[in-house]
Amino acid sequence: MREINAETITEAVAELAVEANCRLPGDVKERIGQARANEPWPTACGILDKIIENYGIADENFVPICQDTGVCCVFLKIGQDVHITGDLRKAVDEGVRKGYGEGYLRKSVVRDPLRRVNTGDNTPAMLYTEIVPGDKIELTVAPKGFGSENMSRLAMLKPSDGIEGVKAFILKTVEEAGPNPCPPIVVGVGIGGTFDKAAYMAKRALMRPVTERNADEFYAALEDELLEKINALGIGPQGFGGKTTALAVNIEWYPTHIAGLPVAVNINCHVTRHKTVVL
Amino acid sequence: MERHITLPITRETARTIRSGEACLLSGVIYTARDAAHKRLVELVEKGEPLPFDIKDATIYYVGPTPAKPGQVIGSAGPTTSYRMDAYSPTLIREGETGMIGKGKRSPEVVEAMKKYGAVYFAAIGGAGALLSSCIKKAEIVCYEDLGAEAVRRLEVENLPVVAVIDSEGNNLYEKGRREYLDSVEER
Repeated sequence: MREINAETITEAVAELAVEANCRLPGDVKERIGQARANEPWPTACGILDKIIENYGIADENFVPICQDTGVCCVFLKIGQDVHITGDLRKAVDEGVRKGYGEGYLRKSVVRDPLRRVNTGDNTPAMLYTEIVPGDKIELTVAPKGFGSENMSRLAMLKPSDGIEGVKAFILKTVEEAGPNPCPPIVVGVGIGGTFDKAAYMAKRALMRPVTERNADEFYAALEDELLEKINALGIGPQGFGGKTTALAVNIEWYPTHIAGLPVAVNINCHVTRHKTVVL
Repeated sequence: MERHITLPITRETARTIRSGEACLLSGVIYTARDAAHKRLVELVEKGEPLPFDIKDATIYYVGPTPAKPGQVIGSAGPTTSYRMDAYSPTLIREGETGMIGKGKRSPEVVEAMKKYGAVYFAAIGGAGALLSSCIKKAEIVCYEDLGAEAVRRLEVENLPVVAVIDSEGNNLYEKGRREYLDSVEER
């Protein structure tokens, strides 16, 4: 049994929250650069140039790429041979409090959804834990902005809707979102499982590098096809028209019930942020 | 080539700005998001004065990150505008001539823009670090309890925006997409 102090988790969450908000992952930068090189529409090129300039400034000055520094999603894969000393929930929230406070990040969380008073420190985190083999903890911090979160959708399709129904729902979601989620977007998709599992997979799909395709060839081909179809919609960067509407479609899937075909689409903006550390 | 616009924007000037025009804004603008808009409209409904002069005012839908030491303001890009749709027609009627945000607007907002003379600009969403450098001065006007959502008076210099919807109701989101798709067909 390996001991990990809860304070170690607090420090890691705080550091990752600031890092993730100020430095765009290399894979996202790479895809934006490729998109810029392949973009034929002049207005769209101008926007992509500004987006590239923006993350450059954020890198150089270590300031947030976007003012919406998000709700702080925290994913923990905890090895079953790890013992955490202290209160894990409190440790994670303390990390958010520290990171968002000391890192000059925006506090964007309200205490309850109807009475809407800001918590003032961006807590609580959206915390997900999973028990896995081993004696390590994999910690991912993913600040999630709500311009794109608000454009996300879930459908409980019928098995008879099949793959065509899934494609149509994903395309409809992206088309209806239009300029609102700050395209170019990353499209996270969860297919199968249950209502909640599909939504969780769609969120997790956004953590996969945008340069990496699904390990299953069938789903990898579906990702490519959907990306091509989305980029044929013509929405373009910021919705002003152009080829680059999405940077990637990342699909996760899971077994499901004989009666169901859940599909969740979690949209992320071009500032697709996440950072992982192994403790 | 961008068009330089000095704020405030009068009703007359607002009517000369065309959808698709890239503009650089300089002068004073005010910030407000959902919660502040709600309060402003409640004041109007009660017949009480607003905390800043709404006549010819431009409102930027932004909730900046806190300023680091030595910074005027933190990252400050636009938030999605449709959440302000319920409130904007009232503020336009009261004198607002410019709105800066990103994303679609409702038919009611567009109608008010046409009726009174107002323009809707978009700034680049997700480019908060870049846009921040155009803000030369920032001070809180009211609603400090709202934190990032407080109303701020900003002095901006050459803030890059694009006129998306003009006072005739022309819409760049529709036109830009159509023109791009036409160009693809031609090829």
